[in-house]
Amino acid sequence: MSKIASPAVTAETAQFWSRVNDGQLTVPQCKSCGKFHWYPRANCPFCTSDSIELKPAKGTGTIYTYSVSRRGKNDSYVIAYVTLDEGVTVMTNIVNADAAKLAIGQKVRVALVESENGQRVPMFEPA
Amino acid sequence: MTIKNRAFIVGAYEHPTRHAPDKSLVQLHAEVAIGALADAGLNKNDIDAYYFAGDASGLSSMSMVDYLNLKVRHIDSTEAGGTSYLMHVGHAAQAIAAGKCNAALITLAGRPRSEGSSGAVPRATGDASPEAQWEVPFSATTVNLYAMCAQRHMYEYGTTPEQLAWVKVAASHHAKYNPHAMLKNVVTVDEVLGSPMVSSPLHRLDCCVVSDGGGALIVAKPEIAAALKRPKVAVLGAGEAIKGQSGGEIDLMTSGAAVAGPAAFAEAGVKPADIKYASIYDSFTITVVMQLEDLGFCKKGEGGKFVADGNLISGTGKLPFNTDGGGLCSNHPSNRGGMTKIIEAVRQLRGEAHPAVQVKNCNLALAQGTGGRLGSRHGSATLIMERQ
Repeated sequence: MSKIASPAVTAETAQFWSRVNDGQLTVPQCKSCGKFHWYPRANCPFCTSDSIELKPAKGTGTIYTYSVSRRGKNDSYVIAYVTLDEGVTVMTNIVNADAAKLAIGQKVRVALVESENGQRVPMFEPA
Repeated sequence: MTIKNRAFIVGAYEHPTRHAPDKSLVQLHAEVAIGALADAGLNKNDIDAYYFAGDASGLSSMSMVDYLNLKVRHIDSTEAGGTSYLMHVGHAAQAIAAGKCNAALITLAGRPRSEGSSGAVPRATGDASPEAQWEVPFSATTVNLYAMCAQRHMYEYGTTPEQLAWVKVAASHHAKYNPHAMLKNVVTVDEVLGSPMVSSPLHRLDCCVVSDGGGALIVAKPEIAAALKRPKVAVLGAGEAIKGQSGGEIDLMTSGAAVAGPAAFAEAGVKPADIKYASIYDSFTITVVMQLEDLGFCKKGEGGKFVADGNLISGTGKLPFNTDGGGLCSNHPSNRGGMTKIIEAVRQLRGEAHPAVQVKNCNLALAQGTGGRLGSRHGSATLIMERQ
């Protein structure tokens, strides 16, 4: 597998990424309207409140869609949208899987994978 | 206020080049501007509004207007990827209807082929894009962000790779008459399915070409259109939308055309069945299928059946589309196909398409654009035009 580009972490998102490095995927939940959202940001995309809590995610979900993308001549990777059990759908990669056997609706669980600069990023593998 | 019949497309020009390594970006913008002026029969000094988008990458309206040495009183640099130019026509019609300008020039140009651009490798979006850190680590590319829509469409509606391939096959039947098209050979469904898989379920031939080039339009008030010698093409209606990830409530099965299309049809006072010719943005085969559904040419989920068996081929199908060969076969200058969608619709309405693909009595046409990435966030715009 080729190197994973690191996310350009900002002050707005530093806490989320720090928790990932600690081994915890979180999902932002608005304390005002109660809804989960994705991706993390300072203000709730539904009600605009700035009262956001990073809730520990169950770490499980289902594949909403995916694609096996060719990279160079002999390499490929799987990009996907996974709907977390919390309800939001997140862009990710599916790893540790036989790409030919993947299916929409399949259960997956989070796998935190180190990127180029050491920051871990949330990917998913078959549950 | 409506824009219906308040503005006319009086000039249209497509650059014949598909590979321009020795020309600068702004030079191409100037060449298409000059071409559109000549097509309209107007002088540079008749232009009092200028519209351009992000293909003039990093260039401000100040740089562009100064380079072209225009004297304008209205400027719009709305940027929504390849569909920007459809939005520009709608905005220019609004500005004309409001008396803010008389004649608006819109230009597009780009050199992605010379610069080695590819839709199959991640494109730098810049760290300032809020979405970058949530997508760059996962190698999101243009092609896989459309492929994921195709995969889901197959899952939800039973759409098949063969049905998607028909979109390319139809485009190739038109491209063979276009001497400037990059891909002039007619292809079969089997050839599309036999081409290498780029990002499942999309094959290489499900993807548009990468080309240099450009195009320009001039939109003018009715008095100017009436004084010119070209066939009159009126703007009847326009609609636009941006669709994204909706805070994580992602729905990849409906595009922005579901908003832009009905708005344009309502303003024009026509319905899909009235349309004689449609330019449908064809970055990928799935793009066409989803937009046709969202525009109401068929029911949601039935786009695959609708495009199959040559239904988009001029002369035999029910809805002739992209008779220049479109982005799938002819060109995709600056990785943006909206401009050429409008230009081919204008050709059809003027009766100036290639005789082999010209739609008979083509008095009502639609152009539809989808810019950006269908699988993450995209701009959508619909234009309805009439020959008068």
